[in-house]
This record gives sequence, C-alpha cells and structure tokens, in this order.
Amino acid sequence: MTLGSVPPKFKVSIDRDQCMDCGRCIENCSYGVYRREGDKILIESRKCTGCLRCVAMCPRDAITLTEKPIDYRSHPLWTREVREDIIKQARSGKIILSGMGNARDLPVIYDRLLLDACQVTNPSIDPLREPMELRTYIGKKPSKLNFRKTESGDVELETKLAPNLKLNTPIMIGHMSFGAISLNAQLSMAKAVTELGTYMGTGEGGLHRDLYPYQDHMIVQVASGRFGVNIDYLERGAAIEIKIGQGAKPGIGGHLPGEKVNEEVSRTRMIPVGSDAISPAPHHDIYSIEDLVQLIRSLKEATEWKKPVFVKIAAVHNVAPIAAGIARSSADAVVIDGFRGGTGAAPKVFRDNVGIPIEVAIASVDQKLREQGVRNEISIIASGGIRSSADLAKSIALGADAVNIGTAALVALGCRVCGNCYRNLCPWGIATQRPELVSRLDPERGAVQVSNLIRGWTMELSELMGAAGINSIESLRGNRDRLRGYMLDEGMLKILDVLPAGA
Amino acid sequence: MKTVKIDAKGMHYTPLNQKIRAAIKDGAEEIILDNVLGQRFIGDGLRGNVRIIVNGVPGGDLGIFMSGPTCIVHGDAEHAPGNTMDKGMLVIHGSAGDAVAHSMRGGKVFIKNNIGYRGGIHMKQYDVEARPILVVGGTAHSFLGEYMAGGLVLVLGIGEDKAMTDRGIGSGIHGGEIIIRGEVDDFLLGVGAKKFKFTESDLERIAPTIKNFCEQFGYDPADFLDTNYTRIGPASSRPFASKYVWE
Ligand code: SF4
Ligand code: SF4
Repeated sequence: MTLGSVPPKFKVSIDRDQCMDCGRCIENCSYGVYRREGDKILIESRKCTGCLRCVAMCPRDAITLTEKPIDYRSHPLWTREVREDIIKQARSGKIILSGMGNARDLPVIYDRLLLDACQVTNPSIDPLREPMELRTYIGKKPSKLNFRKTESGDVELETKLAPNLKLNTPIMIGHMSFGAISLNAQLSMAKAVTELGTYMGTGEGGLHRDLYPYQDHMIVQVASGRFGVNIDYLERGAAIEIKIGQGAKPGIGGHLPGEKVNEEVSRTRMIPVGSDAISPAPHHDIYSIEDLVQLIRSLKEATEWKKPVFVKIAAVHNVAPIAAGIARSSADAVVIDGFRGGTGAAPKVFRDNVGIPIEVAIASVDQKLREQGVRNEISIIASGGIRSSADLAKSIALGADAVNIGTAALVALGCRVCGNCYRNLCPWGIATQRPELVSRLDPERGAVQVSNLIRGWTMELSELMGAAGINSIESLRGNRDRLRGYMLDEGMLKILDVLPAGA
Repeated sequence: MKTVKIDAKGMHYTPLNQKIRAAIKDGAEEIILDNVLGQRFIGDGLRGNVRIIVNGVPGGDLGIFMSGPTCIVHGDAEHAPGNTMDKGMLVIHGSAGDAVAHSMRGGKVFIKNNIGYRGGIHMKQYDVEARPILVVGGTAHSFLGEYMAGGLVLVLGIGEDKAMTDRGIGSGIHGGEIIIRGEVDDFLLGVGAKKFKFTESDLERIAPTIKNFCEQFGYDPADFLDTNYTRIGPASSRPFASKYVWE
C-alpha cells in the first residue's frame, strides 16, 4: 500500500515494575489491545480506542494511556485528523462513520452565558429552608381557564385540559434505543427515572418486555421505519414521540448495523435477525405539516387522546418556523436536538458539520412561538450536549421547559466518550449487544449512578434559582434577564435576546 | 351475530371512531358504517375479531395500528390503508392511494384494483406468524416495496397489459419478496433489488394467498395458479454494510 499505515492515536504502556501479571487488561479490552505471549503481556497500541476500561480496571495503576502527540509534521490547517480522514477515504472510497456527538473544538455558547445572582436589592432564597418548585408539566397549556359554579355552590373547572406529563425535575433522559445501547443500560436509566419521577425515551428500538415495569416513565418513539411500533407499544408509553430529526445527523435517518440485530433486538424491533435496521430520514407518509398532523392524530386516535404526542427535530437553520408549524400541528411538545447531540453511529461529516447549537435553537424557537402567541400550545424540550446543571439552568432561562440528557447519562454509567459505539464492542457494556460485555453493567448499580447524577443536578438547579431570587421553575423559564452574554458578538446576543455582561 | 349500524353522514372521525369502539365494547361482531366520506383513521388501533363493513370511501390511514379486525370497504380508499397494521384483514373493493400497507407487520391487505406510490414501504416480518401480505389486483406506481424488510407483496395486473410499468420496485429492499404477474423489465428494479426465478415451490407457497384473494372478489383462482410470475427479492440483507469505514 503506497499510503503506508496511519500512526496509532494512543500510546499504551505498562509499568512492568508495578504490573502483577493478573491479566485483567487482556480480559477487559474488547478491542484486543493486549495479548499474552509466553510470560509477557504484549500491547498493540494501534487497536486502542481510548475507552480507558483497562486503566480503570488495572488493580496496580500500571497502565498509562496517552494521546500520541506527533507522527506528522505539524500544520495548523492540514491537521492530523484532516490528513487521516483523507488517507482513510483514499484507501476505502467510503463514508467515515463515527459515534457520539460533534467532536469539533467549536466555542460552546453555554460557557459564554453567565447566570445572575441576587445581592442587596432583592434577597436570594435559601433552598434549604424555602420550598423550591421544580415540578414541570410537559404538554399543552390552556390560554385561559373557565370555571363554572355548580348547584351546590362548588366551583368546577370547565376548560378541558390536555394530557400532560408530570416531571419532578426538568431533566429527562433522551431516546437511546435498545439495539444501539444494551438492555442493562436501558434498565439502569429506566429504574432511575422511575424512582425520581421523570421520564426517558425508548428510542426507535421498541420496548423490551423487561422494561414493561417502568413503562409509565417511558416515552415511546415512532420513527420512519416504525420499529417496534404496534398498538400495544403505543398504549404502554406515557407519551409518544415522533422522531423527524436528530441533532447528531440532521437530515439523515437511523441505521442499526445488522451485527447488532440479535434475537432479542429482532423481537423488540420487530425486524428480521441480522438484517440492517433502516429508518430513513423521511417518513414516507409525511411530506408537509398537514401530513404530520395526520400522523399525530392517528397516534392520538389510537390511544384515545389520552397521551401527549411529541415531535423531535434536529436544530437546523430554520428551526423556529418549523417549530411554529409543529406547534399548530396538534403536537404537545417539540423536542429540539442540537448539533452536539450524541448517537451510536453517524457519518462523521454530519456529526461534525451539520446543524446549529442548541442554545440558539431554544432561544429562537421560544421567541418565535411567543411572537405568534402559541407558546402555550406546546412545550419545548431541549437536548444535545447538556453537560451540567448550569447548562440546564441556562437552557430553561433561554426558553426550554425541560431538557433531555443523553451522553451525560451514559457517562454516569461509565462511558468514556471514546466514540466507538458503532462497533458493538463497548467495553463498558453500554453500546453493545454482546452478552459478555453487557453483563459488565449492573443495572442496579447503574440506576444508582444515574439517579445520583440527576439528583445532584436538581439540587444545584435549586441553588442556582435560589441565588437568583427565583423559587419556581416557571419564573426561570424564558427569563433572559437572568442571563448575560460574555464574549459573544452582537449578532449572537440579538438571536439569544440576551444583554451583554455589564449591561 | 350481533350487528350494529352506524350512519357516518357528516360525522367527524373522532366521534365515529368512538362509536365504533363503544359498539365493540357492547359485544358487536359486525359493524356496518354507511355514508362514509373521507373519515380518517377508521379502525385505528382496534383489536379483536370484529368485522367492519365500510360503505363509502374512507379517508387516510384506514386500519392504522389495527390488530385483529377485518375491514371490508365497498369503495376506494385514501392513502396508507393498513399503515403499521399488526393483525387482521383489509379488503378494498376499489383502488387505494399512496403508501398502502406502510410498515405493515402482519395480516392481509387485499386491493381489488390499483394502488399509488410506495405500496408496501417498510413492510416487515420478524417471525413466522407475523408475516404481512399485500395483494394488488391491478397495478402499482413507483417504489413498490421500498425498504421492505419482510412479508409478501403480490401484484396480479388484472386488466393490464403488464402488471408493473413503474420504476423503483424494491429500492432498498433487505427482506421479504415482491411477486409480480408476468415479466418485469430490468430497468424497473430499484437499488438493491434482484430478480429471481419463480418456481413451482414458490407457487405452492403463494397459492393459498391467491385463492384467498380470489375468494374476496369472486375471481377464479385457476386463472392465476401457474408459474408466470417474477419474484423480486433483496440482493443482500445488509444493503448498506459496505458504505462505511470506521473513524
Ligand atoms: S491489569 Fe494491570 S496489573 Fe493486571 S496484567 Fe494488566 S497491567 Fe498488569
Ligand atoms: S458508549 Fe461505550 S463505545 Fe460508546 S463512547 Fe461510551 S464507552 Fe465508548
């Protein structure tokens, strides 16, 4: 091969003085970096993905894993990554597949937004003593309420309320399908959201029967391929989400490689064993907002109008008018997924280049819906790169009702964001269907980790709100006055509708 | 048999569907809907063995998410009858629109005349019992059986010179089979679709379906029980497996 080989990304080494030759590194590495030859453990750094399972499991801290610095002449434009991608494509003529979210070093708007705090003029609130209202209802809200006096003199609500989801905290877990992730990963999250009184999505992979006990906290997804969708599935979900787009790969569909479609995945998705699960971007019965209305109403008719129906779209340039259309389409919530949203598999060029940041998408959608007087017709759920309670608080101040987390929940389960989810070899038992790897993740322990994370963020959110003199999430929602922009240009501040720091 | 008659004249689809559900709850075994004119979602998500007779033209998504009932339409149907249907049967004594049997996963859809574009799109099968069947008496437009992942689409071309003259048959097909009466020109096949010889054993397999179809519309099955068919199936169950290289 005239191109030679691409230098390894990581350098793995063992401190032989520390090593006790237990062989755990060999057992734990599903990518085959380690092997035994005679009495020696040999290392093939080239196979390393940086998942860090070996480092975490070595009882002697004997393993060092470093990102390998320079094997190319350094160049600011023709970076290592750019050149390696070219080499790969020169060799294969194929699309480069990647996992997780956008891996570009682009500025994060959240980090340039600062939250407010009270000083002397109005007092801050101490969440230890004062009740903080974080309860969030997702769904349509009436513009006004009508009451009626009964003969006995009681007052009765006349307005018919649309079904809403009741969340104890404005944090949900987004859709990650069985197939893309393991059943143990889904079980961990399902137990956590049930305990906490919030919700998670099934993804477009159907609902595995082991998740039935948690169905009241699961939002079932309907994607173009209709995987796992039947009347039983629809009736089990607490709400139904129609997936139109996804932040990691706007404009293209889902595609689960056949290797991951084992017996269980096949039964749950209702597709043949070993065949690719293809869910293309267009729903072939949706070519307009009118068609979307048709699908939403068919789902509502099927479940006798008892369940809220969400529509998930990727954050793209004209997201605000699209969301305004969705608000008028009988949908109860719009889920907007920003360009940092994760995925099990996406063409790299999409993951890193298509879509817009979630921060601007939330702000522009919220603003557009207010302008048009339909903000109460629909809830806004934001997702795609929410990393902390600060990102959560800022999302709500920009106009979201709640957020979906994805990658953060996986990190709570052990994920090291190595981005190799599409290979079915996830050494943490998350993005894999291999029984020996899946069993590494204990759903009981996983549930504790995920609920700890959400609980911690929820407490931090209360503290942040208290500091800003706010005791109800309702008062934080869309409250741009609690935000200031730092090192953001005028155009961006205008879109966000946020004043610069100091103003 | 307990029969209930409902006059659908001028009725919105929600109250109509509510009436159908109430009748089933009351033990109706047959429900006759008169004066149906464009009401959508008839039979949406219904279970059980009830028979629904539709006199008129139902709107879109007839029998969507349906799991069991039989629905007989004396008239044409709008788009996507049998959408994501699980079990049961739709018999349409006329033609139907686009996306007929979209993502259908079990049961039968029999159309006497023609269908529009993308018939049988995303049809799937995941075990022996859940095998969806779509039979079209006349002809179908482009992209028949697109992204099909299981089940059977049969086009008989009754009254046509050629059963299929539109392109894109089976584009992206990765499971199931499309069987078309007579010869099919190669240029009509979609990406990933392949022609196979139609054998005696294939005929044996589909004969019950042909008989079943003929029974519904009063045709003589003998006219169709020969090997003058073309069978189209997937070139691979992993049509896009070779499109990607790892990061
Ligand atoms: S896990 Fe650590 S101690 Fe055990 S063999 Fe590997 S490097 Fe040595
Ligand atoms: S889920 Fe597993 S494979 Fe995917 S990024 Fe995390 S650790 Fe890596």
